[in-house]
Amino acid sequence: MILASETLWAAENIAFAVIAAFMIYGAVRVVTCKNIVHAALWLVLVLAGMAGQFILLAAEFVAITQVLVYLGAIVVLFLFGIMLTRAPMGDSEVLDNGRNAKISAFVIGVALLGVLGYSLWEYFKADRFGQLTVQRTGEVSDSIFSAYLLPFEVVSVLLLAALIGAIVLARRD
Amino acid sequence: MLVNQFLFLGAVLFCIGVYGVLARKNGVLVLMSIELILNSVNINLVAFGALWHAKDPANLSGQVFALFVIAIAAAEVGVGLAIILMIYRNRKSIDIDDIDLMKG
Repeated sequence: MILASETLWAAENIAFAVIAAFMIYGAVRVVTCKNIVHAALWLVLVLAGMAGQFILLAAEFVAITQVLVYLGAIVVLFLFGIMLTRAPMGDSEVLDNGRNAKISAFVIGVALLGVLGYSLWEYFKADRFGQLTVQRTGEVSDSIFSAYLLPFEVVSVLLLAALIGAIVLARRD
Repeated sequence: MLVNQFLFLGAVLFCIGVYGVLARKNGVLVLMSIELILNSVNINLVAFGALWHAKDPANLSGQVFALFVIAIAAAEVGVGLAIILMIYRNRKSIDIDDIDLMKG
């Protein structure tokens, strides 16, 4: 039985539980908050917690990239988007769909969670990681620039295309 | 640590994101929910990557794929916000419900 094992109270599990609780609360606030700026700031909590989980998984480079790209760039982009579209500051009722849409969205979300949770539990049950080894940044770069060189170049082209596309769409002429 | 604790966290965040996409009406908030979904996928990729790396130290596919997802999410937000700005400029509203020009 998992609950009886003595490793349940290991430091990493406690850290996981605390961070996960903050992330889930933050995520619920992102999708229910009446104030759009607060929703963006709750998103910061979720994304920062995700970086913490990556560190628990010994993936240091992804954790740092998460902080740089998501917290540094994407959230700022969202705040710009909120201000440029003159979204209502303060609490607002126009951000959500009607009651029926909310109820059906809730039912769909819970049903999806049931299916995902059941299948994950059926397949992985109480599998453990074993001894996690730190995945060093140098090894990640070796992997990107050897086995995944072609996808890496394709992503660069995609970013260039997105850059040009965003400029063309957003400029005033 | 169990593998499943990270996978369940990812599943919960994914479902919250799906709820947000369906229940929100403001375009920027829909994009934020999509970010939640993409991030929950990343935690799965990194968890499987760590599981694999523990068995085969030369294999870092999970992390590499997570980095690709982050790059594509950044591109997606850039273009998505540009589209929303364009809609706002033309229609003075970013309610997803109001964008129904294709409806017969």
